[in-house]
Amino acid sequence: EDHFTNGCEGADNSEIRFKLCQDLWHKIRADTEVLQDELNRKILDSLLDFTRKCSSTRQHSDWASQMRASEIPTAALVLGVNVPDHDMTFQSLSELLQQSVTPHVASVQAKECGALKHLMKRVLERLMDTVVTVDDEEEEETEQTSTQLHKSVHCSLSTLCDWYNAKTMKSKTGTPGKKRSSPVRDDPQQPPVVIIFKDLEAFNPKVLQDFILICSRYVERLPLMFIFGIATSPSTIQHMLPHSVSSLLCIELFQSLSCTQHLATVIDKLILTPQFPFKLNGKVMQVLMSIFLYHDFSVRNFIKGVQLALLEHFHSQPLSVLCCKKKEALLNVMQLSHHDLESIRHLLSFRRYVEKQEPQEQLNLFRDDTHLKEVCQKLIKDLRKYHKNYYPVLRCLHTLTSSLPRYPLGKQVRELHLICLEKNVWENEDYQTAMKLLKMLAKDELIASLQRCVEILQPVKSKKMKKALVELEELLAKFKQLDINSSWANITLAPRSHLSPPESQTLNEVCYYSSSATVRRHLNATPRTSIQAALSSPYYYLQNESLKTEDGTVSNAAPDICIAYKLHLECGRLINLYDWLEAYATVVSAAEGNNPDSDNVRKVEEVKHARFIQAVSELEFLGFIKSTKQKTDHVARLTWGGC
Amino acid sequence: MAALLQHAGYEEERLLRVAQQMPCREVQAGMLLSLMGQPQQYSYPSIFIYGHRASGKSHVMHVLLKELELPHATVSCVECVSVALLFEQVLLSFFGCDAASLLPRSPSLSDFVRIYRQQCSQSPAKQTRYIVMEKAELLRDTDANLLPALLRLQELVEDNVTIILLSEIVWDKFRPNTGCFEPLLLHFPDYSKGELQQILSQDRHPSYTAEFYSSYINILLGVFYSVCRDLRELRHLAALNFSKFCEPLAEGKVKETDTHKLWRNIEPHLKKAMQTVYLREVSSLQWEQMQQMEEKESGALRGLSAHTHVELPYYSKFLLIAAYLASYNPARTDKRFFLKVDRFNFTPKNLLNHLLGPKPFPLDRLLAIFYSVVDNRVAPTASIFSQISSLVTLQLLTQVSHDDQLDAPKYKCAVSMDFICAISRTVNFDIVKYLYDFL
Repeated sequence: EDHFTNGCEGADNSEIRFKLCQDLWHKIRADTEVLQDELNRKILDSLLDFTRKCSSTRQHSDWASQMRASEIPTAALVLGVNVPDHDMTFQSLSELLQQSVTPHVASVQAKECGALKHLMKRVLERLMDTVVTVDDEEEEETEQTSTQLHKSVHCSLSTLCDWYNAKTMKSKTGTPGKKRSSPVRDDPQQPPVVIIFKDLEAFNPKVLQDFILICSRYVERLPLMFIFGIATSPSTIQHMLPHSVSSLLCIELFQSLSCTQHLATVIDKLILTPQFPFKLNGKVMQVLMSIFLYHDFSVRNFIKGVQLALLEHFHSQPLSVLCCKKKEALLNVMQLSHHDLESIRHLLSFRRYVEKQEPQEQLNLFRDDTHLKEVCQKLIKDLRKYHKNYYPVLRCLHTLTSSLPRYPLGKQVRELHLICLEKNVWENEDYQTAMKLLKMLAKDELIASLQRCVEILQPVKSKKMKKALVELEELLAKFKQLDINSSWANITLAPRSHLSPPESQTLNEVCYYSSSATVRRHLNATPRTSIQAALSSPYYYLQNESLKTEDGTVSNAAPDICIAYKLHLECGRLINLYDWLEAYATVVSAAEGNNPDSDNVRKVEEVKHARFIQAVSELEFLGFIKSTKQKTDHVARLTWGGC
Repeated sequence: MAALLQHAGYEEERLLRVAQQMPCREVQAGMLLSLMGQPQQYSYPSIFIYGHRASGKSHVMHVLLKELELPHATVSCVECVSVALLFEQVLLSFFGCDAASLLPRSPSLSDFVRIYRQQCSQSPAKQTRYIVMEKAELLRDTDANLLPALLRLQELVEDNVTIILLSEIVWDKFRPNTGCFEPLLLHFPDYSKGELQQILSQDRHPSYTAEFYSSYINILLGVFYSVCRDLRELRHLAALNFSKFCEPLAEGKVKETDTHKLWRNIEPHLKKAMQTVYLREVSSLQWEQMQQMEEKESGALRGLSAHTHVELPYYSKFLLIAAYLASYNPARTDKRFFLKVDRFNFTPKNLLNHLLGPKPFPLDRLLAIFYSVVDNRVAPTASIFSQISSLVTLQLLTQVSHDDQLDAPKYKCAVSMDFICAISRTVNFDIVKYLYDFL
């Protein structure tokens, strides 16, 4: 909170804003978590079924399943390449398993299991909740202390077997009555031991093979089960495991929802709804979308991006105090200070609004604070109404156009949303073609999509939408009577009043976060560019007047490393160190105002030499050059280009 | 056949039981027994048994030692991630857990020998003790002194103990170059077709006659014997397909003796099984489900390798394409492909580079190609670089240089031609035009 208040624009209402921001974020996070749980529900349920079925078939003793008993049931869970999102899925999976199927669940990650004994150790630790000793020199100390606390056990599956038997025996003697009373639950006496491999691809194949071989020796005594988390495709199993090993497994495939669908739902529920007062403008949306599509496919990162935008908005925009629920917003308007009202008067959208008013009204707006507050209340109400109407109409337009050939207005709602955010959608060329195509559509298709529009509009409560709904229904009736021509005007006109871009709305700055550059800078960092900028124009970061130069040149007074960098740009792939030093010495002595020919130069040379060596090694550290054996006294450049 | 197994010092009845449990392995078992001698006699210090997978090595040893009630310890070398585990298991099964707990942390071989001697002086062996080591080929990767020491453990501990090594590899591959005590070699040959038939017929279904099951096995072997001689695998297949085989019987269409009709019924089915279950494209559970809904013609179930489609972020696709080009094009041809000058005509080399497999390339070459194939300008952001490493964890690229090497890492592209073609089709990139082999 302190960080938020410090350096915040307009500090007087920062506390309210911080609270608003937090509330909103908590709500968004809670909503997305619910959403994600719902999305994962189907696949998780089928996985749970699978584990239950496996544990129950184990108890059957008919001929066929006895012959198959040596196989380890395995679920291959294909999750897609968005690895950052997987954690949450596995988290809820293991929680669900623990709740409903078995208390024995262990999940392992590749990076903690470099060797077989580490994998073994992790699995045992997680299943048994004790410290397992592995004869490992590096972990000596930690283990010495822990042995006193826990009963240490040796790291092998036979230990696990004994432990499991003890555990199940105990539960058998402990709850004999329960078993008879609840026969519905599938045999709680023999719950399976589930081991989840979170990232199968990253595991060392050898380790995995050995582990499976060992497990298959014990599968008769221990009801083991595996779950593989796969990011690419199921055929990796075949790449990783030879036939002799994969024949020990009984693999069943589970495919999760693709991440694009996942994102579409998240956007649908989070962005395209009037529920949250906080909005992103077109450019920010574009940045977040392109990070998703071009870089990582990660829904979690997308939500992180929204969070960043949210924080930035409340941090940098003093008027964001009005970005909240309707009642609170109206209240907050009344409490605005004079300073805040001044900043409202400076808002671009507000000035546009003022220009449209009568001269007398204009004067009032500029002079009278209380009048301004009233107007603001009205404007905020207008903005809310606009949002309420915008989204249903957007969806209607989408249903009409999404079935058109070649998708002139995009396949997904988010694409249409982006178009609408940018400018008046009806001025768009694609919109014109879409409308033309729409006119050529077959009658029954058109009626079907119009029917869907009606369904969308039905739950909306605002007055204008009610009117639109009635019109639409009339339209539909007319269509059914083949009276097409007269009603065209209506369809095409409907969006105009509601889909104008938010920039045209007064006071949009309150709700819309627009600094796409900030978001891009924070989320899509460019370390290389920053280093190069720092080296080639030190003024940019140091803000020292003496360093200010015309573009492309470096002043003599710049830090040593900048001079060395500048000089090395002029060289080819191999740089002669002595030439470099000479050039450097010349530049530096020129900066000191010495005559390069004087005797003085020789004495200072040593200091300069040292400075030069330091600069060069700094450049090496930053990865611009490296030493080479191709030629003596030369270093190799690692970057291309230059002057 | 029990005559082969007659041996002094063991009860007749037990030997008979042993013989029943291991059909077609009487010769080897008799050989082993004569090597082992009578229980109280000293035996040869080490025996090395080799033979293919599922040729009954472990089974024979297990049955012999168990039925004749000889003191023994069975250790699987896969399981022994450290020698400590091995020592512990041996001590545990000979002397109980008190002895095993005497082992210090990270014990050495001499610790083991010391404790063994100490224990066996307290309880000297009345009968030969046996240590059976399965998958002994892994012993080669452990400490160099372990294998030679185990081979003459009898001398070291001065006890009547015999080491039996089981392996799929011949002894010649074991012999350490410092030389060692030579164990006695014993080979378990593969089962012949007749033997397989005999063994498989033993685990018959309780509700059918033995002749019926053995005729089923005969048909099964007729189909699978040419591709698979692994007993375990065959047994698995037999179990999976048996219910299908019995189907016409249950419907009352044919009698048990009508082998020809049964064969006609099952043969296409087995052929299908060969392509799916045998290759583990379809798990056995799914196979059973498939059999049940055969009538509805379930086309929904596809094998594992059918799912090869992978969705990747846009730039990852281009990075992968660039990596593929870098791996399969010679570096000297880069200029011709990616400089915007008119192309030279050069002679195609008949898929030479594709036959040789992917070659390693440095990071900067990858990025240079990436920037020239991707159509719009891309800032060299951190996420581009992180995508490269995530491609490595997905095993689409492999890092050739060592992990610790930070400057100029080298990579290889690990995807197939089909895969990269599918990827480049999704981004409208004609990759064949850029491949040196296909010009």
